[in-house]
Amino acid sequence: MAEPMGFFTDTTVCIGCKACEVACKEWNQLPAANGGVRTLSGDSYDNTRHLDGIHWRHVKFIEQFSADRREGRWLLMSDVCKHCVRAGCLEVCPTGAIIRTEFDTVVIQSDACNGCRDCIGACPFGVIGINPASGTAQKCTLCYDRMKVGLEPACAKACPTESINFGTIADLKKMAQARVGRLQDAGERRAYLYGTDEAMLGGLNSFYLLLDKPEVYGLPPDPKIPSRNLKASAVWSVLGAFAIALTGLVNFRNRGGRDA
Amino acid sequence: MPSTFFTASPQWRWLIVAYFFLGGLAAGSYVLATLMDLFGNRRDRRLTQLGYLIAFPLVGLCGLVLTADLGRPERFWHMLVQSETWRPMIKAYSPMSLGAWALLFFGGCAFLSFVAVLAERGWLGWPLLRRLSPPALAGRVVTVIGALLGFYVAGYTGVLLAVTNRPIWADTTLLGLTFLISAASTSAALLLLLGSWGNVSADSIDALERFDASVLVLEAAAIAALIASLGRIAMVWLNGWGLLLALMVLGGIALPLYMGWRARGPRWALRPVLILLGGLILRAVIVFSSDRIT
Repeated sequence: MAEPMGFFTDTTVCIGCKACEVACKEWNQLPAANGGVRTLSGDSYDNTRHLDGIHWRHVKFIEQFSADRREGRWLLMSDVCKHCVRAGCLEVCPTGAIIRTEFDTVVIQSDACNGCRDCIGACPFGVIGINPASGTAQKCTLCYDRMKVGLEPACAKACPTESINFGTIADLKKMAQARVGRLQDAGERRAYLYGTDEAMLGGLNSFYLLLDKPEVYGLPPDPKIPSRNLKASAVWSVLGAFAIALTGLVNFRNRGGRDA
Repeated sequence: MPSTFFTASPQWRWLIVAYFFLGGLAAGSYVLATLMDLFGNRRDRRLTQLGYLIAFPLVGLCGLVLTADLGRPERFWHMLVQSETWRPMIKAYSPMSLGAWALLFFGGCAFLSFVAVLAERGWLGWPLLRRLSPPALAGRVVTVIGALLGFYVAGYTGVLLAVTNRPIWADTTLLGLTFLISAASTSAALLLLLGSWGNVSADSIDALERFDASVLVLEAAAIAALIASLGRIAMVWLNGWGLLLALMVLGGIALPLYMGWRARGPRWALRPVLILLGGLILRAVIVFSSDRIT
């Protein structure tokens, strides 16, 4: 297996240009939303709104303004599939369409997917969606096709500020820790890394440098693997089955010797 | 906010609600027929036959509904066979994967019991098929395996919802239990409804009504435990969905229980219809109230 590869996204240098979104759409030949009819979000400068089957990169605009709009701040974050080491989507997929590649990334094989959508609800980050062009669940592949021929993913290639960094997980972690150290030294005490800790789904192969709580960026504070509920749910259901069988036994058997 | 509130909806809607309801009825009818076969007397035969007769068409319908819900319906078989290698596709830790297999084999058992009843009734002129019906040994084996698979089919749908990261669904581990009990109460109601038109002994109907009343009490307890297990997250039901759930408990559990306790004299179709509607609403509330949270 090749070395685990991934993204380190430094949100502090993102300028919200959305070049990554465009590069992703171009390379992966993703269709326009609404058949190309322009729709505006109406309450944000961001009109993509969320990741889904036809948006595999999404630059989130977190627009925080006071009521009189005198004070404000923009947080910009280019969001993408986290390529979790313990991936919920991969765990539940009943067709085997979702695989882990030799680069330790998570890829949905569109020709095997039958569009059951279990992975969409299983993803702790709401990354996956149905691509109406294929009728299948789709998301970022970390440009598996480009990686196989030694190219970096289209979004990282297009990013003009090096907010999106591509490389081996080991190198990216070193780079990210150094960057957090520099920011801390410069007085930006809020800087921290989201997704490098292996306690979070075994580690995210796409991790982030953030300046505020994960929730502010629309990221779950404590993402979990779906199978955490499997054992307890199964045990309760089996108890329920015993209760039903027992109720049947009590009510159906030998009723006052009226057997014909 | 809990982490489940940062996820996307799989957009499982009416077709999935319909499947949860019909699958519960198919599995429940079969399980009830088997329980009566095992524990009941010979007079229950008519009701037992009715259970096997409705299970198979319902499970067939389930397969159609599930296939129709897929983004690529023509690839429904990818759940069972790997499309590239032709090896069997099975994941023990994916409730949907195991569920597809359970549905297949449950459908097989339901089919065997279905044709056995047709032969028993003389509608199918192949007397050998009667051996697939209890008390013949082959019949016992088929129905007991079928009933075990039926229990799985009745409950795994709730487990499947829990094994996601969606709000409400993944915030409790009691959905499988709740769906399983509701499958028993709704299928008993369906058998009561259809049995009142068929030539079913009054004794069987009485026993089934007592069974259904006990199961409704269990169902009320399961729903109460479900709400308690959600803790503060249950607050998301302080809206129309919560109101609908309350109406379901009142109209689909409490009222039928009261009617059963009071009723003497002519049998009334309203009671089973209320229970059936309650089961449908329960599933709709669970599925849609989570779907609306993005």
